Amino acid sequence: MRRSDIRVLLMRAPGTNCDAETVRAFQDLGVQPRLLHSQRVFRERNLLDYDILFLPGGFSYGDYVRSGAIWAKECEYRIGSEMEEFVESGRPVIGVCNGFQVLVETGFLPGFEGRAKVPQAALGNSTHGYQCRWIRLKKVNKGACAILSGVPEDEILRYPVAHGEGRFILPPDRRDEYLRRLYENDQLLFRYAREDGSFAEGNWPENPNGAFHDIAGICNPEGNVVGLMPHPERAYFGYLMPQWSREEQPSEYGDGRYFFESVVRYVERKF
Amino acid sequence: MIFNATVFVRLKSGYSDPEGETTAKALQGLGYNVTDVRSSKAYEITLEAKSREEAEEAVDEMCRRLLTNPTKDDYRFELREGQ
Repeated sequence: MRRSDIRVLLMRAPGTNCDAETVRAFQDLGVQPRLLHSQRVFRERNLLDYDILFLPGGFSYGDYVRSGAIWAKECEYRIGSEMEEFVESGRPVIGVCNGFQVLVETGFLPGFEGRAKVPQAALGNSTHGYQCRWIRLKKVNKGACAILSGVPEDEILRYPVAHGEGRFILPPDRRDEYLRRLYENDQLLFRYAREDGSFAEGNWPENPNGAFHDIAGICNPEGNVVGLMPHPERAYFGYLMPQWSREEQPSEYGDGRYFFESVVRYVERKF
Repeated sequence: MIFNATVFVRLKSGYSDPEGETTAKALQGLGYNVTDVRSSKAYEITLEAKSREEAEEAVDEMCRRLLTNPTKDDYRFELREGQ
C-alpha cells in the first residue's frame, strides 16, 4: 500500500504520555497518525479501519492496581475481540512502556499459544525505583520480528527509559522453560547493553530495572506484536539525542527513527 | 447478602521488594530490631452475593483476573458478612 494511505491508531488513556511525540514521528514518515482516546475507540469499535495500532507510554489510570492493569482489562472487555482480530490479521501492534505493560497484561505478549487468558509474564517494580534516563540496548532478534527488520543488529541503540515498573519477569516456576521458548520462537527483541556492546548481565545502571536476562523488549511468536520498555519516540529526531549539541554536524534523526521507519516500511510492502 | 472482603496482595517471595527493603532500613534507623519487611497492598471490597461460597468464588476470581498478576503476586483474603 502507499505510505500516505497507512493509518496509525494511537490510543490514549488518562495518564498516558509521549503520544504527541509518537504522532510527530509518524507524521514525519508521511503516514496518517490518529490520536484517539480509548473511550472513543471502545464506542466506535473501528480498530480494523487502521493498519498499525500503537499504545503509548505513561501511567494509565495512575498505575492503580498495577501498571497497565486497569487499561488492559478495559481493552479486554470492550474491544478484546477486535484486538485479537487485528493481531491475527498480521498488522503491527506496538506497545511502548505502559503500552508494553498493557500488552503483557492482556496476554498478547509473550503469547506463546496466541493470546493467554492469564498473563505469562510481568513488568515488576524496578530494583532502583523510578528511572528516567538514557540507556543502551541491542536488537537481538534473528528475523522473526519482520516489522523491525530495519532496525540494525550491529548498532548499540540509545533510547530513554522512564518507568518505575519495567522489570521484565517470568513466573519463577517456569522461568527456564519460558526463556527457552522465547529463544526457540525468536521472540527476544531488545536487551540492555553496555557501551562496549556486551549485555548488562543484570547490572545497574546499564540494566535500569533488574529485568530478567536484560530483556527490554519482546514480540509474539508471529512477530507482529511488539512491546518494549524504552521510548523510541523520544529518540526520533536528532535534536532529542543526548550528545546532539556537541556533534560537529548534528544529525537530523536519532536512533528511534530506525524503529518507526521499519514498521512503516513493513506495512508499505506487506499490505 | 452483603459481604466485606479484605484482599492482601504481595510480591511472591524470591522477588526483590524495594519498598519493603527501604522501609526495613528506615525502621532499623529508628532503632527497631527489624530483620525483614515485605510490603503488601490491601483492598477492601464490598459485594453482594447469594451465599458465602458465591462471594468467596467471586473474590477469588477478582484476584486472578485483575488484582494480581500470577507471575509475580501472591494473594489471600478474609471474608465477612457485612451489614
